[in-house]
Amino acid sequence: MASVTYDHVTKKFSGETTAVNDLSLQVHDGEFMILVGPSGCGKSTALRMLAGLEDVTDGDIKIGDRVVNEVPARERDIAMVFQSYALYPHMSVYDNMAFGLKMRGTPRSEIEGKVKDAAGILGLEKLLQRKPRQLSGGQRQRVALGRAIVRDPQVFLLDEPLSNLDAALRVETRINLQKLHQRLGSTFIYVTHDQVEAMTMGDRIAVMKEGVLQQVAPPRELYDHPVNMYVAGFIGSPRMNFIPVTLDGKTAKASGFSVEFSSAPGIEKGVLGIRPEDFDEQPREGGPRIDMKVEVVEVLGSDQFVYGKVGGDDVIARVDPQFKVTPGDTMKLGLNMRRLHLFDAETEKALN
Amino acid sequence: MDWGTFLSQLPIVVIVIVGVPAVLVAYIVGTEYLVRLLPDAFRPRVRPWIWVGPALIFVFGFLILPAILTAKTSLESGAGDFVGLQNYQRQLGDFPTGGAWIAIRNNVYWLILYTLVALGFGLLLAVLFDRVRYETFVKSLIFMPMAISAVALGVIWKFMYWYQPPGVPQTGTVNAILGIFHQDPRIWVQDPSVDNFAIIAAATWGITGFAMVILSAALKGIPADLLEAARVDGAGEITIFRRVIFPLMMPTVVVVGTTLVIFALKAFDVVYVMTGGNFETDVLANRMYKLLFFSGNQGGAAAVAMILLAAVVPVLIFNLRQFRAVEARR
Repeated sequence: MASVTYDHVTKKFSGETTAVNDLSLQVHDGEFMILVGPSGCGKSTALRMLAGLEDVTDGDIKIGDRVVNEVPARERDIAMVFQSYALYPHMSVYDNMAFGLKMRGTPRSEIEGKVKDAAGILGLEKLLQRKPRQLSGGQRQRVALGRAIVRDPQVFLLDEPLSNLDAALRVETRINLQKLHQRLGSTFIYVTHDQVEAMTMGDRIAVMKEGVLQQVAPPRELYDHPVNMYVAGFIGSPRMNFIPVTLDGKTAKASGFSVEFSSAPGIEKGVLGIRPEDFDEQPREGGPRIDMKVEVVEVLGSDQFVYGKVGGDDVIARVDPQFKVTPGDTMKLGLNMRRLHLFDAETEKALN
Repeated sequence: MDWGTFLSQLPIVVIVIVGVPAVLVAYIVGTEYLVRLLPDAFRPRVRPWIWVGPALIFVFGFLILPAILTAKTSLESGAGDFVGLQNYQRQLGDFPTGGAWIAIRNNVYWLILYTLVALGFGLLLAVLFDRVRYETFVKSLIFMPMAISAVALGVIWKFMYWYQPPGVPQTGTVNAILGIFHQDPRIWVQDPSVDNFAIIAAATWGITGFAMVILSAALKGIPADLLEAARVDGAGEITIFRRVIFPLMMPTVVVVGTTLVIFALKAFDVVYVMTGGNFETDVLANRMYKLLFFSGNQGGAAAVAMILLAAVVPVLIFNLRQFRAVEARR
């Protein structure tokens, strides 16, 4: 168990592409840290640099207090679960899990104990003699996890381990991973592009875009107080509504309505951010409200999503599943001023 | 250029260029018409045989039939009477220095050295030059000997091994190099203590590129993240090769190995060009050739051919089975 520190880490490929740009991130001992972002944002590269599979162009990576830039992968005491699982096809499940221990010269009896333990945690006891090609996707994933667990490393690295699983298995495995983390108490660093995985699993989430860290915070804070439009739009599904506004002192004018802020934000062009669930389908008397022309209604059972136009802007609202609304209606939606976000249209940074 | 000959041959050339495709098309169209006359259910069963038919006839006529006839000849005397296994007795008698035994001994040398050295070097080169910047250049260089015929190879190496008496400037490259180290030149191609190895070395030079290229393809088929996982697991590069890379390449190694074994048993042209099979470099294929064309001993030649076939067939079957295993694993 150890902390991990990225200290102004940069990674350039072939002198041209900058995959990771001046990343500074502190992962606490025992934390479940998630790196999230779209493809190409640098999260996998950052993980691989920590694993020792990529060189660091600039900056330092520390495990605990030790700078590990020049330390080869096998001496870093980390274990990695690959997206494709990377199981050795010619070895049995037992040998796959035992391989790392064998490499470190662990005595055979000790190996047997550790592999059986890990197999027990993951429900693999009956599969130990099978080869990877005789396993299902979920079983292979568990073997990949088992291979990491037996090593009892300081840090667990997971590179999109759920992306090859079907939806039901994904949910089940998510929960099992969280239980595993609680049980082992080790530092987990997890890379994904799926914001649902990020929100549900992480102690803290680091959102990355094009190699640059946007924000690192616990899920709640990321959701309620995103620092810029990118984070606001990335976290939360359906996405936050972005409505362009022009500001005159305290008043923000959108194409279909206007709102008054308590103090002047000091900019002229902005973007209003409202999450779909922050509309009130039964607006308070006298409170700020907007009119929406309903175009599409989606009934999900537990939720209801209404898609429409407010003025000239497209808006999504989440309403009570029992609320009656049909396409063509004009709906009145109440605004919750405390849940409103305002972003500078130029810098895209959050202002309130 | 002799225009007269060219023009007189021109009609034949035209007939071939036009005729071969014409015959092919006529065959396809004609047989398809006949197949259409059959009821629907029969068509998919009959059609493959019609398409494969000409090729099968060729294989039968040029491979199977001669093999059967050769077997028959091996049991007959020169006059055509049945003499049972007499030819085999003559060829395989006088162990160890008589008859075919020298050739068999040499074929064993070929079997072991040619196969193992080509395989070993091919593997080494494939691994060493994988993912290096100048990989394509080096591999092209190593593969180039494959472009020349075995006869050309034999002639080149005959010059490489050329001998001049000591004291006279050496024209053969190998002996010239020996001279730099103040060693006496050797008669590589005629000295029975080294000539087999000299010829095998030349042939191995020619085939290593083949082994390397196929093993290189197998190597590149191993997913990169498997090697990364092994590194993170704590394995050093050599261990990774022993425990991960080589086991995964094994089916291909076996296929290449058995193919090389078949080539080794078939060795003829290099030996023919370099020594004609003399000076104790004889191999079974050469012996068969000499028995037939120099001694007129049809029965003996057929017997040697059968011995060679008996040696090759098991290897062939094993090779085919292994090839299927490689395909199955994909």
